[in-house]
Amino acid sequence: MSADPFTLDDLKHILLEAAGAEEGVDLGGDVLDTEFTALGYESLALLETGSRIERTYGIALDDDLLTDALTPRVLIDSVNELLTVSRTV
Amino acid sequence: MSTATVVVTGLGVASPTGLGTGEHWAATLEGRSGIRRLTRFDPSGYPAKLAGEITGFTAEEHLPGRLIPQTDRMTRLALAAADWALADAGVRPDELASFDMGVVTASASGGFEFGQNELRKLWSQGSQYVSAYQSFAWFYAVNSGQISIRNGMKGPSGVVVSDQAGGLDAVAQARRLIRKGTRLVVSGGVDASLCPWGWVAQLAGGRLSTSEDPARAYLPFDRDACGYVPGEGGAILILEAAEAARERGAHSYGEIAGYGATFDPRPGSGRPSGLRKAVELALADAGAQPADVDVVFADAAGDLDLDRAEADALVQVFGARGVPVSCPKTMTGRLYSGAAPLDLATALLALRDGIVPATVNVKLSPEYDIDVVVDQPRHLGLRTALVLARGYGGFNSALVLRAPAPR
Repeated sequence: MSADPFTLDDLKHILLEAAGAEEGVDLGGDVLDTEFTALGYESLALLETGSRIERTYGIALDDDLLTDALTPRVLIDSVNELLTVSRTV
Repeated sequence: MSTATVVVTGLGVASPTGLGTGEHWAATLEGRSGIRRLTRFDPSGYPAKLAGEITGFTAEEHLPGRLIPQTDRMTRLALAAADWALADAGVRPDELASFDMGVVTASASGGFEFGQNELRKLWSQGSQYVSAYQSFAWFYAVNSGQISIRNGMKGPSGVVVSDQAGGLDAVAQARRLIRKGTRLVVSGGVDASLCPWGWVAQLAGGRLSTSEDPARAYLPFDRDACGYVPGEGGAILILEAAEAARERGAHSYGEIAGYGATFDPRPGSGRPSGLRKAVELALADAGAQPADVDVVFADAAGDLDLDRAEADALVQVFGARGVPVSCPKTMTGRLYSGAAPLDLATALLALRDGIVPATVNVKLSPEYDIDVVVDQPRHLGLRTALVLARGYGGFNSALVLRAPAPR
């Protein structure tokens, strides 16, 4: 497994693969603190995104996280926290 | 419930004969068939190898990126056809109240290709690889749901599942909803399950043609009838109360004038098929006599017994060679829930232009005393059309269309 942190670019890549791009939303802009719902991604899109992150990085996200992780920043931080834990174990 | 006149103000066609009403109608009049050897998967290991395939549909050109990962092919086609139908009707959904617009489509199989891909991931990779969108992408109701979401239509909606008859049953339900007060209903149906899983499910029905000659594989009312060729696609129709359509200056293709549906007696009962009764019910509902009907779009099963039952019903109601009969399905294959809506669209275009499309490849068997229009389209003054559809398991539906009154 790569030791690189999970970045916004990684998230965007997975998000587009999992749920596609919402018309009129520029994921290349400053979206770190924009809620996913405002970016056009509903709960199912997040579920699919979360499942792909878990598969790709070999981690298990907390079930409550995806409903609480309302912004890309919160999700990215949570993923990196789990990655750090799994690397130090 | 009122008996308000309900009219069709918009058509959207996705058919092996063409994408869009114009392409489809031109190919139909020219007798250009869309039946060919399957290309969507390799059919060499299966007994049936031909299908009516839609070519040249690139979903990304018609739909936003968000809809691609969550839709089966049939839903992508249905969404595109709904867009075309709304544009044709001159309806901008965002200008109407959400609860005044409903969606009722028919479905016969659901999103089989999507489902097959996800089930393959399930058994080959594990449950964590199955798309979250599997939760709805293969449902019967998904086309209605996605059309509703995309266009902000929150009025009464649903799905009808009765195989091929469902295409007419859905339009009849749409008419009921309009008569109860819904302003506009998007109806019709689109099926597309030309994938290995869909294919074996269709093979299990036992009626697929195993001929490998596109010109000899699907021959309704022909002595050489040997089953049917399946196809993909269908049509979406915009239905409105005639008065509301007139008020907004909309063009009408014609009226949904009458509808009847019956269910066949159990096999072996010795009692006849309910198709004749369905026709009689539809005519009575339309306030029409058999002599008023100018053309019939047949169910055209391509099976000797089923063709016999349909020919008998037509002779009993209309008399020997009493009405021209057309089977444009011979150019598309049978489209399941999409078949009857496509026939409705074709019939409305026939009423508009006064042309009965030809049934291709068929040499009418002398055993049937019906007037099947073969070889060349027939130019006639047309006011009233009857569309028939039968579903596997005993469903019979009939729908009468009437041309708009001259202005």
